[in-house]
Amino acid sequence: MTDKVYNILIVGVGGQGVLLASEIISDVAMRSGMDIKKSEVHGMSQRGGVVTSHVRIGRKVYSPLIQEGETDFLMAFEQAEGLRAINWMRKDGIAIISRSSLVPAIVTSSKEFTYPDDAVAEIKKKLAKVIAVDADKIAAELGNPRLVNTILIGVLSNYLPFDPNLWVETIKSLVKPKLVDINLTALQRGRDIGYETIHT
Amino acid sequence: MKELLSGNEAVARGAVEAGVKLAVAYPGTPSTEILETIAERHRSVYAQWSPNEKVAFEVGIGASLGGGRALVTMKHVGLNVAADPLMTFAYTGVNAGFVVVSADDPEMHSSQNEQDNRIFARFANIPFFEPADSQESKDMLLAGYEVSERFDTPVMLRMTTRISHTKAIVELGEPVDVPERKFIKDPAKYVMVPANAKVRHQVLSQRLMDLQKFSEATEWNRIESNGSPVGIIAGGVAYQHAKEIAPDFDYFKIGFGFPLPLERIRKFVAAHNIVLVVEELEPFYEEQLKIAGIRVEGKKYFGNLGELNPTRVAQGLYDAGLIESVVHPGIEAEKLFPRPPVLCPGCPHRGAFMALRKLGVAVTGDIGCYTLGMLKPLNALDTCICMGASIGNAIGIEKVNGSAKGTVAVIGDSTFFHSGITGLLDAVYNQSNVTVMILDNGATAMTGGQEHPGTGHTLMGAPTTRADIETLVKALGVKNCRSVDPYDYEATLKAIEEETKNPGPSVIVTRRPCVLMPKRIMDEPYVVDLELCNACSACFRISCPAIAASPETNERGHPKAVIDETMCTGCMLCAQICPTEAIVLKSKFVAA
Repeated sequence: MTDKVYNILIVGVGGQGVLLASEIISDVAMRSGMDIKKSEVHGMSQRGGVVTSHVRIGRKVYSPLIQEGETDFLMAFEQAEGLRAINWMRKDGIAIISRSSLVPAIVTSSKEFTYPDDAVAEIKKKLAKVIAVDADKIAAELGNPRLVNTILIGVLSNYLPFDPNLWVETIKSLVKPKLVDINLTALQRGRDIGYETIHT
Repeated sequence: MKELLSGNEAVARGAVEAGVKLAVAYPGTPSTEILETIAERHRSVYAQWSPNEKVAFEVGIGASLGGGRALVTMKHVGLNVAADPLMTFAYTGVNAGFVVVSADDPEMHSSQNEQDNRIFARFANIPFFEPADSQESKDMLLAGYEVSERFDTPVMLRMTTRISHTKAIVELGEPVDVPERKFIKDPAKYVMVPANAKVRHQVLSQRLMDLQKFSEATEWNRIESNGSPVGIIAGGVAYQHAKEIAPDFDYFKIGFGFPLPLERIRKFVAAHNIVLVVEELEPFYEEQLKIAGIRVEGKKYFGNLGELNPTRVAQGLYDAGLIESVVHPGIEAEKLFPRPPVLCPGCPHRGAFMALRKLGVAVTGDIGCYTLGMLKPLNALDTCICMGASIGNAIGIEKVNGSAKGTVAVIGDSTFFHSGITGLLDAVYNQSNVTVMILDNGATAMTGGQEHPGTGHTLMGAPTTRADIETLVKALGVKNCRSVDPYDYEATLKAIEEETKNPGPSVIVTRRPCVLMPKRIMDEPYVVDLELCNACSACFRISCPAIAASPETNERGHPKAVIDETMCTGCMLCAQICPTEAIVLKSKFVAA
């Protein structure tokens, strides 16, 4: 194991499951014997505001916060939130973006603000490695809209130096028993997308 | 045995290992999970919510005097409420150990200010520990009880959001043996009349000198030597940020933050070419060191507003000429629309704010989810100062401004029990023409739906006597008291109109359970009939996250509305204000 610290930034909107996603990644890292800091803000932000989780994994991790411009992996549950976090990325970092969009009332109720026409395209202009995932669509196919985070985690799992079985073990331990199977399917769907991106 | 724990979960675990007999709090971000975790996972410790932090602190004092180790937790501003018992408990000292956790919120992620409560410890002349991660959060809690009992003093464990809400690996320990203690009658120590308090103040003064010696000796203050000519003095999360940026400097890591180990620091500084203090918020360490004639710098490089992060620390070290470069983001930030937190779909507070906005009255606000009523496009709240302030604020406005247009205080159920009752008593006593709206959603919602005296259950899940708001209000002497369903827009509007005209203080209780807690409420959703929708945007202005702009527009290009059926709870507030009756129950909707 090198001294490399993996900086993973997970962003989304309150209620989308950002915190569970960061929990799963941290649990896998812990099973791999790595040091971890995982930081997020609770409270007011959960009421439909922006939710951000910093996950840092390595042999020894000091700060709970990623340094701006040093993010290796961005996982965005909402495409405009992915764009909002763009300055946190390294130029050679990898962004995994769900194509879903949530337009807030503050935009619909006034002419002052606009929602980007195609946030994924904007992100691609700035970053070479972008994986846009139709996660909502896949989750709907699988029959549960809440599977978006497991699908995105599946994509990310291709890039982290952990035994693939650990992701399965973690999901078995953190997800409700009756939802384990469908989550494992979602994880595999994500893994396949990541694998294809790497190998094509 | 290792576990991944947040700082708060680690403190809860520490309570078990330290043999804490009683843990008590009022919920407040970022401290809330400490007691929740105890109640969920560590039920050998008795835990309770109290109505406010002052009562919680006093219950904790009682537990300590009674002979049981006590843990009292609160957010930073909670300690303002509990300041009265704190300041004098420092005089009496403890029987069994007493630790108060102050969870500060630099950056105000979920708070109305970002006061630095290290200053409170010094003000009260009590020692504090400052953990830098979850492991230290647990271990310093145990050390806190040792110091508390050895020096006969209350102790503060001062955390911050990034310690409380960061998960890290913790090596668990075994519960320690705690000697049995009994309640001892000792009026000279515990009855703080002037004659006794004068003696105790001297004791306090001597105790501080003893603690100073402890601070010089304790391993919680430690030097990390890397042979560098540069030294950094830091504690808490600031230490972690600095280590991240400059791991090769020498460090004086502060874990026991008051009284400071001045002599050890003096030697550390003398042995280095330059020493900087890296600390969040106030120049707490820096000022004390400068007063002691120790040459350090700090705030001129790092500033005293908001929370620190690796970028800010790097910039400060660069400005001081200590590092050669700073990582600059390779990609510029995007200018995007804001996404502030909003009231949930189906939130019962929405109806109250729609009515208040319509009436244009002065609205004093309070602390809770309903503070979000101030945001665009609701724009329905004019003040927010602290817990319980809405009622006093309304009385003052009404006394100087008159009541012709109506003055309304808006306060939640948990906040009313916390510190609204005395404000309402003032309104009755001084016959103020204010209208107090108690938004009763049956939970301490903003912090995650905790129980309170009005819910009928305790923190540990036991059924209990339910405080009845109307009975309480009437007992205070309020003659005009009524309740209304905030999902009924017209009725809410009418109640406010009438009560603001009634002379003397009035109370309107709006009653509907929180849509999230204790159970997620999802009734049949509503849909928009696009044939009828004329794109007037009235429903956009009630700020419901379930209502969005449809791709369809009217003849002038304005977007029609669409409702997200997975988010709509069926509260029907939007349907009531739709002028063309285009919003209908899903089952009643017949496509043209």
